Formats: sequence, C-alpha cells, structure tokens
Amino acid sequence: MSKRPDIPTTVPVTHDAPKLETARLREGPGAGAASRGVEYDREVQGDLRREPPVPTQRGGDPIATRPGDTGLTRTHEIEKSAYSVVAKQVSAWYGGDKPAIKDVSMTFEANRVTALIGPSGCGKSTFLRCLNRMHEETSGRARVEGEILLADQNIYGKGVDPVRVRRFIGMIFQKPNPFPMMSIYDNVVAGLKLNGMRRRADLDEIVERSLRGAALWNEVKDKLKASGASLSGGQQQRLCIARTIAVEPEVILMDEPCSALDPISTYKIEELIGELRTKYTVVIVTHNMQQASRVADYTAFMLAGDEGYGELVEYGETQQIFTNPRDKRTEDYITGRFG
Amino acid sequence: MTGLIGGSALVAVGILFIILGYIIYRGAPALNLAFFTERPAPLGQTGGGVLPAILGTLTMVGIGALIAIPVGVGAGIYLAEYGRGRFAEVVRFVADLLVGLPSIAIGAFVWAILVVRVVGGYNAFAGGVALAIIMVPIITRTVEEILKLVPNSLREASLALGTPRWKTILLVVLPVARGGILTGVILSLARAGGETAPLLLTALGNQFFFFRWSDPINTLQQPMAALPLQIYDYARSPYADSHTKAWGASLVLIIVIGILSIGVRLAVRRSNLQR
Repeated sequence: MSKRPDIPTTVPVTHDAPKLETARLREGPGAGAASRGVEYDREVQGDLRREPPVPTQRGGDPIATRPGDTGLTRTHEIEKSAYSVVAKQVSAWYGGDKPAIKDVSMTFEANRVTALIGPSGCGKSTFLRCLNRMHEETSGRARVEGEILLADQNIYGKGVDPVRVRRFIGMIFQKPNPFPMMSIYDNVVAGLKLNGMRRRADLDEIVERSLRGAALWNEVKDKLKASGASLSGGQQQRLCIARTIAVEPEVILMDEPCSALDPISTYKIEELIGELRTKYTVVIVTHNMQQASRVADYTAFMLAGDEGYGELVEYGETQQIFTNPRDKRTEDYITGRFG
Repeated sequence: MTGLIGGSALVAVGILFIILGYIIYRGAPALNLAFFTERPAPLGQTGGGVLPAILGTLTMVGIGALIAIPVGVGAGIYLAEYGRGRFAEVVRFVADLLVGLPSIAIGAFVWAILVVRVVGGYNAFAGGVALAIIMVPIITRTVEEILKLVPNSLREASLALGTPRWKTILLVVLPVARGGILTGVILSLARAGGETAPLLLTALGNQFFFFRWSDPINTLQQPMAALPLQIYDYARSPYADSHTKAWGASLVLIIVIGILSIGVRLAVRRSNLQR
C-alpha cells in the first residue's frame, strides 16, 4: 500500500451539528476511530459553521448549479453528520480526445439524497463513478480533470490514495454483486476483513447493525451462514448496501440500484434510501423519474449536447425541477417530449 | 447437417476410446505386482517392472510444477489484471509462441545450458526444468483466460469497499477462478508427464534405482528414469515381451496422470471444505 502525506482538512457540517471536524485520508486508528469501527481520524476542532463553497457556473449560463438550502421538510432525524461533496468543473474521458462529460460543477449536500437524471449516454453514471475514483478503473486510458472535494479535500489531489477515498465514498451498483463464494455474514464484513479487521465480537455487532441498517436483518438473521447468492435480487441489493455501510462511509453512491429489481423490492430500497440520509450523503443515478421524485431531496438533470459530451443542465430541489423547471430542455425531458 | 456435426463429435470421442481400449487390451497382460515394484530387467529377460520410471516421472513433473505453477499463475494474473500496455502484448505473444515451440527444441536448449555447462552430465533437475518450460505457457494462457471470465462487477464491488487492487485479486478474484486455474495446472501436468523428447536430452533415463532422498542434491544430479523414456526403450527393443511391457508402461503412464489429476482436484476440494 502506498504511503501518502497527511492532508488535514476542514469539514463544513451544515446541518444540525455546527462544528468543524478534521478528517485525514490516511491509515492508522485515531481518536474517534474505535467507536466508528474504521481507521481514520475525526477530531472535533471547534464550533465554526462555514458555508459550502459556491461552485462556479457554466460559462454565462444563468442557471445556478447549487440548490438553495431551505424549504425542505425533513422527515428524518439526522443521526450522524456526513460530509458534503463538491464537484468543480469535472470532465472525464474514456480515452481519446472526446470527453464523456465536461465541466460538471455541483454540490451534493450532506445528509441529503441527490438524484442524477437524464437520458442514456448523458454521462450521469460516468460522473457518479468519478465521485469515488472508480472511473479510472474502467480502462488504462480513462482520466478525469477538475476537482472533487470531500470535506474540502480534493480526492484527485496529489498523493491521494484512491483506495482510501473509496472507504469514505461507497458505491452500490446496478446489478446486485454480492461475493458468490462468501456467506451472508462474510459478505457484510468483507470490506472490513479485506482490510484487516478480524475481531470476532466486533464483527458480530457490525453485521447485525449493518443488516438492520439495510433493512435485511429480520429476513436473514437465522441464515447468516447461507450463501449470499441464495438471496433474491432485492435482498442481494440490500446485502450490498449492508456491505457498504459496514465500512462506515460518509457518502453512498448508487448507480441505478433498482433497475434490475421488481416493484416491491424497489419500494423497499427506496424506503431504505430515505433512512440512509440520516447518516450518509446519498447520490443516486436513476432512469426512473418517478423514483427521483420519490426519494431525492435534490435533482440534477444532465444531457449530452450536440458536441457529444454530457453536461449539467439544471440542478435544484426535486420539487422545483419536476414542477417548475427553469430550463426548456429539462421541461422537455420530464414531460417526455424527448429522450 | 446435424448428422454431420454429430458424426464429427462421435469421431472425436471415438478416437479417445479406441486408443484407450487398445492400450488396455495390449498393456493389461504386462501388469502384475512386480511391474509396479521392481526395476526393469535387462533387455531380453522376462520379469522386472517400471518403478524407477514411475518415481522419476513423479519427481521431474513435481520439479516442473514447483517452478512452473508460481511463474505461470503469476504471469497469467499479470496479463489478465494488469496487462494493458505494449509489454503485456509481448508477453502474451511470446507465451503463445512458447506453447507451439517443439519440445525437442526446449530439450536441446536445456541440454546446452544445464547438462553441458552447469552440471556436466545428464541429470534429473534439467529434466524438471525442461518440463517447467513446457508447462509455464500453458498455465499462463489458461489462467489469463479464466480470470477474464470472472465478472468485472466482483472486482468493482471489492474496489468500491476500499480494497487495494492486489488484495482484490488475491482474496476475491482468485477464489472465484480457482476451479479454472486448477484445470490449467492439471492440463499442464498431463502434458509434461507425457513428454519424451526433452527428457531424452536432459534426464536420459536410468535402468537402476537411483533415489537417495537422504541426499536429494546428488540424486537430482544423476540421470533419472521416466515412464515415456521407459516406453521408448521397450518399444525399440526386438523382443515381444518388451513390446508388451511398453504397452503396460503406457497404461501405467495414463493411470499415473489420471491419479495425479484426480488427486489434485480432491486435495483442493478438501481444503475448500475446511475453510
């Protein structure tokens, strides 16, 4: 594992907990690590409330790329303040000269669900994969430009280890992908075990907490030793969510998590997403506009322009996007006039 | 059309059974306890066995496997998981060439280096090295193909949990691909076990028991018997009894390779259950 210098960063916590924390994307147990079961420092440094940075607007376009922070009725108590994510002029290539997305800037608010919608090929999944540095795993020539700030620290900064970034920013994939050779129990603790945590008593507790957190505990508590592949599709997807929250990330990215599931499983996952925001910042890519309107606090609409690359068209509170879109293209899309 | 294709399949399978049947038919009369427990009798005399050849084959295939499995599996992992650039292309191309390289040429090369220059005489170690050179490209290419079949979603699942790439490969990808990797290893063992040409130029063959395992270094520096070499010797002799023994030794070779394959599979399955 590569060593990298510590980069202390300040963390704006904008909801409920007006305090500044310091996170270090580095190894080694720290003050707050024991209670959270993961290996990083979190030191409360003082009480300072900072506004999240205002992202740059696209050239000349009057559309704000950051939604307002008011007017939403919060249905869930915040249990843990998560980090926000700020994307600054993010462009991504799969190779060659033509970008897949260009200059996407937006802020993902902490402890909120943000949906990325848009037609196929608009780059919303590509953008999502940039957020935890999974894009560069697709091929040797894939690359990303711009900045993505997790708690004010650029995850594309020099010396940042992508492996550590992914412990802070987890990901749920389109097709449920539990590890086929492992039991349900081992699947949940896979992220911890793969990274060297093996204390049995702790693991038992984490398994129960994570499965409860993924609303799966009651269904599997009597067959934890059964294979993860023996579960139904919807249960497998919730198992993957349990596996992700077991490593206690700050942000959870979801890439069309319900597209392979039946309506009842979809309903359960959507319900779960609502609960996840009490502890995590959630970003979800979806083809299903009803789903976006059901689960998301904020919605961003992306579209591939004439040049062929995807860009952000409009971003705002979900209700506003769906009832009163500012951009003509957004209106056309949500009313089904194209795409 | 269906008949034609079915006929082809029948011929392919049929040839195997005809060969197997004929070897059993000709070789079975040679088999008795002495055949498995004694050293060969001098040519022209009846009796004797092929025990040194069995031990020699196992020894040299074992040496070959010890060298070839780590190298072959490692190279296969490299090609499948990391191999993106020009270097990987070259490695892949060379591995393909190596698969098609005549084994007598490999034998000649090992003879020129290990027999002539290093040890100064025919020896068992050189035989093992020659077999390893034959095994490496087979294992490499099989492992690469198998690893490419492992769904990418599993790698992504592991990477997204914050697992380094090498751990992902070791603890997630390889366990899933274990069955296929094993097939590649067994395939290479079978191929190496039947090789004659490279052993002629390296291990030479040996009519006597020369297995002093209290002194392995000395043992490996001496010429060593092997089943294919024994079959070759018997088949060349003018005596009918020797010809029967050649058939018998062929049958033994098939049995040894069969037991080796089944044994490896069982061993891995057992370790799998114990986990």
